[in-house]
Amino acid sequence: MSETEVKTNPQGDPVTSVAVPKADRKSDPHGEAKRQRVVTPEYMFHEAPRTKEFITGSEAAKEAIRRSNVDLAIAYPITPQSETMQLVGVLYGEGYVKEYYRGEEEVGVMAAIAGGSRAGVRCYTATAGPGTLRGLEGIASWPGHRLPVVAMFTCRVVNAPLAIQPDNIEVSYLLNCGMIVFHAENQQDMFDFTMAGFTISEKNDVTLPVGVCCDGFFVTHARGYVRMQDRGIKLPPREAWRGAVPVLDAENPPARLSRDAPVQKSNFMAYNIHAVWQQEVWAAVERSRKYIDRYMGGLLTAENVDDAEVIIIASGSAAAQSREAVRLCKEKGMKVGLIKVRSLRPFPTKELRQLCGKAKLIVIPEFNYVGWLAKEVATAIYGFSNAKIIGGPRVYGGQSMPVELIVDEVESGVSGKKSTNVAMSQIMGGVVNADEVAHFMRSI
Amino acid sequence: MSLDYVKFSNGFEKFMPKEYRDMVEHGPFGKKVSVSQVGSFKEVLEEHPMCAGCAMTLFIRLAMVAFPNPEDTITVGTAGCGRLAISQAAIPFVYGNYGDQNGVASGLSRGLRLRFGDKPKDVVVMAGDGGTADIGFQQVLHSWFRKERFTTIMLDNEVYGNTGGQESGMTNRGAVLKMAPLGKKFEKMDMLQMAKVAGCAYVATVVPNNPRRVESVIKKAVLIAREVGSTYIQAYTSCNIEYAIPTDKVMEDAKTVENDRYQFTEYVSEEAKQYLAERYGYKEFLPKPAAAIPNKA
Repeated sequence: MSETEVKTNPQGDPVTSVAVPKADRKSDPHGEAKRQRVVTPEYMFHEAPRTKEFITGSEAAKEAIRRSNVDLAIAYPITPQSETMQLVGVLYGEGYVKEYYRGEEEVGVMAAIAGGSRAGVRCYTATAGPGTLRGLEGIASWPGHRLPVVAMFTCRVVNAPLAIQPDNIEVSYLLNCGMIVFHAENQQDMFDFTMAGFTISEKNDVTLPVGVCCDGFFVTHARGYVRMQDRGIKLPPREAWRGAVPVLDAENPPARLSRDAPVQKSNFMAYNIHAVWQQEVWAAVERSRKYIDRYMGGLLTAENVDDAEVIIIASGSAAAQSREAVRLCKEKGMKVGLIKVRSLRPFPTKELRQLCGKAKLIVIPEFNYVGWLAKEVATAIYGFSNAKIIGGPRVYGGQSMPVELIVDEVESGVSGKKSTNVAMSQIMGGVVNADEVAHFMRSI
Repeated sequence: MSLDYVKFSNGFEKFMPKEYRDMVEHGPFGKKVSVSQVGSFKEVLEEHPMCAGCAMTLFIRLAMVAFPNPEDTITVGTAGCGRLAISQAAIPFVYGNYGDQNGVASGLSRGLRLRFGDKPKDVVVMAGDGGTADIGFQQVLHSWFRKERFTTIMLDNEVYGNTGGQESGMTNRGAVLKMAPLGKKFEKMDMLQMAKVAGCAYVATVVPNNPRRVESVIKKAVLIAREVGSTYIQAYTSCNIEYAIPTDKVMEDAKTVENDRYQFTEYVSEEAKQYLAERYGYKEFLPKPAAAIPNKA
């Protein structure tokens, strides 16, 4: 694999322009897109030479879409996602995306994405925070309708009063939809996860939507180095005719789900159909594991975890902060490992049980109030690890996470000193101090 | 190509249920059928779980007979009585989420155009008055403003029938229904006017007691939607249960309502007229010969 670095000027980078570049009359404005060559996913992800560029997360998403052979993209403005979808609009102007429009709002957009996927074409959209929740009725129905789609969620605050700050609480809503959910740490992940998402979502034994989440602003608006394949190659197109679930094109007998009125009724058959259907959706989530391993290199990455007594487990931007915390801990003479969870659905349960077996302390920093990752991890490793789990530190409402906060938790966790940032109720497992519990119970 | 899926696989004829064999041998696929021939061919919709005397079912049956290419048609609906019948037809039906039918149809028709180009794949939305004028209102209007090329049909029974008789935006002022215990306090929504303002190329009202007219408006609406733009049909399809119309008086009621607030109206844009005349030989829309225009002077 060869790798060369392209020097770009962060301030004057022309790719942030939302206007379609003007073409002279002689050359075909779609010429470059038409010359793109289809390659196999295996070549695209494992063999194709890559070049490094310094770009924002939104630009990384755009470059992923350029190489993903997308048919239909539907946009609706919401901060911080707007920039991504308007850049996808540029791709439409250049002919890389075949159909594109600005929808009315997220309920309409998610409905139209469902329509496009039913027609058998490859669909992409993105939203954020309140847009995610507004569109959630539609999003939550995609897995049941077995619609391959890739949606990007550039997470932001959803609480009142309205705000546009980073906060990934919306991920907790997406985790229970039956869709596949990835959490990107940086611009490179945005690029890789989006492209792998299309490939995994359309696998016949998966046939599910994929949500690629990232922490808004920290990833979308900030620049990072992204290693990308040549823009002259793209993934194979969606081949709806060979899909496991018939598409609604009047060329195939329609999927029974659309036909059977009894599915709506209150009888044992209806209950059974719905129960089996949910089981099958979640079984499909399980079956995606092998493809995540194949195309993304695993559901998690582990750094310095071997025989580490302290492990930080994080996803998204929290993983970046945690990596710096690991470095600071090393300077202080503490050996700390890092596990970055990339896939939240399916969740790397088996991998965590294996990696956390010997750990004595696990710290789980998060960019949300509720601590959804801490709950996931605790549930996954219960009975497989005796580690004390600190569900924190947590920042929310737009706060950034100073790495010192994480280091503090590692230190207090190791020394047994009471944490100043994490509530007692968020500390799980380990040696239980009866006095502390009694004090906690009296004070609530 | 699409006709293949309604044919038998070799050697399987004798094992197929009679309903299926009738559909293959006597169905409307790949043929021209009209409402005057009803009874002489196997309709795509026959059995259904609707109430006795339901005018909506009659309308849906007639509409499906009128589809110009039933083998290349996909219907889209939402919650309501209508979908209980529509989903039983031998035509693919999308039953998505609440009120999302025009959004789904937007993505579906664009996606089908990407895959099949000029080969007609007709997308027809059939939803109730609640689905169209209340919960789906925003997506309906926006699909029209975007000039999405599919047909929207409102099955207007002036009430939420499926959920047990609640007021809808299309209910007449003063009607006492559930959730309108003192009578509805505002007028029936003028969706026809809104369709015109939003730029629909074809807008028509129809009642089901005139099958030839139903056939005529459906055919025009579907054909225009193939290339010109959005089309809208608003059909009065009474709910004899919630409005307590005796079963044998349903057609009489339709006649009364037709005379009262559902007179036949039809708006065809100039572009749509020209398209129908040139492409499908609609003589009534051919430009009048110059000599036939009376001299104004």
